[in-house]
Amino acid sequence: MSRYSIWNIARHAASGHRRWAPAWRSPEAKKRYDVVIIGGGGHGLATAYFLASQHGVTRVAVLEKGYLGGGNSGRNTQIIRSNYFYPESAAFYDRSLKLYERLPRELNFNLMLSQRGVLTLAHSRHDMEANRRWFNSVKLNGVDAKLMSREDIARIAPSLNLDSHYPVLGGFLQPRGGIVRHDALTWALARGADSLGVDLLQQCEVTGIEVEHDRVQAVQTTRGRIATGKLALVAAGHSSILAKMAGFRLPVTSMPLQAMVTEPVKPVLDTVIMSGAVHAYASQSDRGEIVIGGGADMHHSYAQKGSVLTYRINARAILELFPWFSRLKIMRHWAGIVDITPDTTAILGKTPVEGIYINCGWGTGGYKAIPAGGETLAHTIAHDRPHPLVEGFNLERFYTGALIDEGAAAGVAH
Amino acid sequence: MFQIECPYCGARDEREFHFGGEGHLVRPGESVDDESWAQYLYFRDNPKGVHFEQWCHRFGCGTWFNIARDTVTHEILRVYPITDSRPERKSA
Repeated sequence: MSRYSIWNIARHAASGHRRWAPAWRSPEAKKRYDVVIIGGGGHGLATAYFLASQHGVTRVAVLEKGYLGGGNSGRNTQIIRSNYFYPESAAFYDRSLKLYERLPRELNFNLMLSQRGVLTLAHSRHDMEANRRWFNSVKLNGVDAKLMSREDIARIAPSLNLDSHYPVLGGFLQPRGGIVRHDALTWALARGADSLGVDLLQQCEVTGIEVEHDRVQAVQTTRGRIATGKLALVAAGHSSILAKMAGFRLPVTSMPLQAMVTEPVKPVLDTVIMSGAVHAYASQSDRGEIVIGGGADMHHSYAQKGSVLTYRINARAILELFPWFSRLKIMRHWAGIVDITPDTTAILGKTPVEGIYINCGWGTGGYKAIPAGGETLAHTIAHDRPHPLVEGFNLERFYTGALIDEGAAAGVAH
Repeated sequence: MFQIECPYCGARDEREFHFGGEGHLVRPGESVDDESWAQYLYFRDNPKGVHFEQWCHRFGCGTWFNIARDTVTHEILRVYPITDSRPERKSA
């Protein structure tokens, strides 16, 4: 792998930038791998990268039915944060945030990490009380947070309308939260995994999973049969379909989650603003576009497009906070299929089939979980037992009742 | 936005309706084991294709009813009363 550096840019400039090598290979599929990962999004690629870099497992293939990062990894709003309520979630997401802080250097790739702060708004006395409780829990979990008065908010976000129909009374900030460019993350992980020997197989859709005596044997794909002793299902909204091929069910519902971006404008917003009360969130990208997200379409769907109804509801919600956005044109509008669990906590660990591992159920908030999701799944696969950070994220919790109900505390910014 | 044919009121916009999840779930008896109870509470088919689901005309007549809907195209293949049993897949 040729390193990216200012010297290399200067050297390639001399030849007109025509001689850069591709960032990863496009290999033929082998007949057998030690580990096969289904899903070439952030979580799948991170799993492959950490299997190779932390556990020395390099006979690994990542199977992607489309192109790398073409699913939810390229459809999210790029927000990272770890201001979670329950200790299990906070420990996991803060590990993820710390990896986000470390990965640009480790992967030799500019992820455009911008820790501009994530501000959660309170619009009523009850919101204020809930926010203070949430803030205290975040502090007890050892995560950074700062209570913000209405005046503090006016100072850091002057473009925000504090006197909307639901006036802003206060809020709390996670200063280390922010945004990371999602394509860069996918490409950096792909390049890192490839350089350690992982085969990235694109245009390779899984059509069947061979299981004998409750043990995985192989996967059938559009690029042939691939034998493996360890298989990881990392397919977000399509997890239920893969699980069915392997003969088990999941407590997951697939729904579309929409986002949109406006035309680019000059810098007006240098923090991430989220509001649970109006259910919308916004940030401004480096290109000047306002990136807007809100609630999911509340019905089952595998169509990667959202309904105009939800699009309108989300647009209306963000206009409560920023009425002047009404002058902006929407440039693009899209949806990803998110996998929602009953307790809105992910499922990560072993499955009823020996040799099959799963990483799914991130629902509307999987992007920020990518580095730790990959690291803990790689550990779980390499040692055949759950990583300590994700012991509580097992599938059995739905039988035992040990749910981690982040629904109310998880917030809306993803 | 799609339209749904309410059995009582006729075709109305999606916004008037509330989605009630997978239909035809049968509550198991009291003596059932934890695994079967969890299957009833939490585990779902979540198919890519025809899904049998419940909707309520919340901002209308309030009727609960079943529909068979394609989760890829969102096409509504059939609307039928809440008391009807689950149709055969091919007749949906």
